[in-house]
Amino acid sequence: MIVQKTLTIKNQLGLHARSAAMIVRALEGCRSQVSLERDGVRVDARSLLDILTLGCPKDSRIVVRADGEDAREAVESIERLVDSRFGEDA
Amino acid sequence: MNPADSRRTVILQGMGVSPGIAIGTAYLVRRIDAPISRYQIQDRSLLAEEIRRFRKAIKDSETQLLEIKRKFKDQEGLETLYILDVHIMILRDKMLIRQTIQNIEDKGVNAEWALRMTLDKYRDVFSKVDDEYLRERVSDVEYAGQRILRNLAGVHHESISGIGENAIVIARDLSPADTMQMKVERIQGFATDMGGKTSHTAIVARAYEIPAVVGLEKVTTEVRTGDVVIIDGTAGAVIVNPDPEIIRRYEEKKRHYETIEDSLLRNARKPAVTLDRHRVLIGANIEFTEEIASAVHHGADGIGLYRTEFIYINRDRLPTEEEHFCAYKKVVESKGIRWATIRTFDLGGDKFMSDPRLAAEMNPVMGLRAIRFCLREVDLFKVQLRAILRASAYGRTKVLFPMISGMEELLETKRIFNEVKKELKRDGIPYGKDVKVGIMMEVPSAALIAGDLAREVDFFSIGTNDLIQYTLAIDRVNERVSYLYEPLHPAVLKLIRQIVEAGHSAGIEVAMCGEMAGEPAYTMVLLGLGIDELSMNALVIPRVKKIIRAVTMKECRKLADQVMSFNSASEIEFFVRDAMRKRFKDDFETAD
Repeated sequence: MIVQKTLTIKNQLGLHARSAAMIVRALEGCRSQVSLERDGVRVDARSLLDILTLGCPKDSRIVVRADGEDAREAVESIERLVDSRFGEDA
Repeated sequence: MNPADSRRTVILQGMGVSPGIAIGTAYLVRRIDAPISRYQIQDRSLLAEEIRRFRKAIKDSETQLLEIKRKFKDQEGLETLYILDVHIMILRDKMLIRQTIQNIEDKGVNAEWALRMTLDKYRDVFSKVDDEYLRERVSDVEYAGQRILRNLAGVHHESISGIGENAIVIARDLSPADTMQMKVERIQGFATDMGGKTSHTAIVARAYEIPAVVGLEKVTTEVRTGDVVIIDGTAGAVIVNPDPEIIRRYEEKKRHYETIEDSLLRNARKPAVTLDRHRVLIGANIEFTEEIASAVHHGADGIGLYRTEFIYINRDRLPTEEEHFCAYKKVVESKGIRWATIRTFDLGGDKFMSDPRLAAEMNPVMGLRAIRFCLREVDLFKVQLRAILRASAYGRTKVLFPMISGMEELLETKRIFNEVKKELKRDGIPYGKDVKVGIMMEVPSAALIAGDLAREVDFFSIGTNDLIQYTLAIDRVNERVSYLYEPLHPAVLKLIRQIVEAGHSAGIEVAMCGEMAGEPAYTMVLLGLGIDELSMNALVIPRVKKIIRAVTMKECRKLADQVMSFNSASEIEFFVRDAMRKRFKDDFETAD
């Protein structure tokens, strides 16, 4: 099963070390292949370094794509983090 | 060893970030950012061994970081532990591992070279990222990478925790992981190539009162482990391989420094009262909550200036209200201090990175910063104000607004402050009923309308660093004009006198928290001008108190009046230093 969703980064500081780390951690228990894509560059969502290299500031749009039996859960877990602004205040 | 073998003396100048003198044996904390050798591995069957070596180095690095984290869980702030977590994640990063292994296999090179290639690739990619903050995260990749390289080189047994007594730690830069592993209290001094006032090394050194000099650029190439090194944290100098004569002189200097310290410290807790019973309040300027103990120890009556900028910088995201609150609560409820003056955010908007248009200003000290920035980003400002007010329920709190230049700004700031109070009240959240509101007097326009501003606030605090630079039109960091930075310029003194008089006519207290307040040579003049509270670096409090306790207000006023009759800064400076030397022979014996 392939699930794909476009998300907008809403937290003030974008995908920085802490938020990227939260994504990697959220995917720890899941079995699907998960990728993030921005402006045509696609990286593995389980690599903190690669997520950082996307350089996603606030308001950037990313495409989350998961392939596997728990693809839906994987995408939803990332969506929840993005929607909650990774726990940031502003 | 004959004398010809002994290594030559080298003197290096850097930035002194923690005062005092240390003499000891150098311990060089190695960093493998020196060129790494490339070996071509001809026998392909040996490549598997390289990969195994690489994996083991990663495993070892991870074990070390987890160990550090476990040991320090209870001691350090959460922020530091979080950095360790990020480093661990980088070590485990599948792309980093895959890339490096691929380099070993495809290029047939040794693990060190293969890893260096991967790190360089990331450095390259990061350097192209638009966002400055994100760009700087490459240093985390480097920290993690260097740990792996150290383990590959098999030097991980060179544990820094084994650093002996009297050691002076020499390093390019020290990471939180490095200092957490050291028994810092046994270290005599620090000297690093990189870093500034707020670098990690500087903070740790000040917290432990260990002499430190940073920004030396090449101390790691000049010093070898075992060299004798002198650190003069007051002058910002490092002397490598000093000859016996220099050592003798510095030992004397050190003894002098310490005996003065001892005798001064014994009296430091006594109140700063002049012979004719005039009480001056003494505050300490702090940046970190870790400095409070030292402030109390050195005789501060209160915290005269808590700079809150560090809560914002050196981090990945905006601080939450809780994080602000925890820091402020810790300060206001500290034992041994009678009040805490918390200054709101006093930096440029570029520190937030949320709006790239803010990032590059031609003249940042006069740009969109401090209160100007806060009045534009009201939501951010309110987070800090809420936290300060909530903390005020736990101890006597004063709030200080920086860089006010006119009445509109002050009224708007007060309006927002009162709005936050109302919101707290509505939500049933407690806050102190008697929070004093004050403003920094550091912009000449504010000084000139001090009489009007005084009616709107509970106190003034004169920020001399900015007041001097704005009044004399000098960029302090521009070396070509820094000779014009003259605290005793008659124009500056006139403004100070005017601010004090305006404040006193309105019945409010006037404090001073700039560097001038902590210069013992100026203490009598400042008392004579009528300053009610002097707030300074904790380490100079004992010296300033000693002077206050030995003089009368009458002679201070006389000195101030004499000073005001001169019309040039150099004349005043000479006159004041001369007067202080005559009055306090032991304390001002050497001409500056």
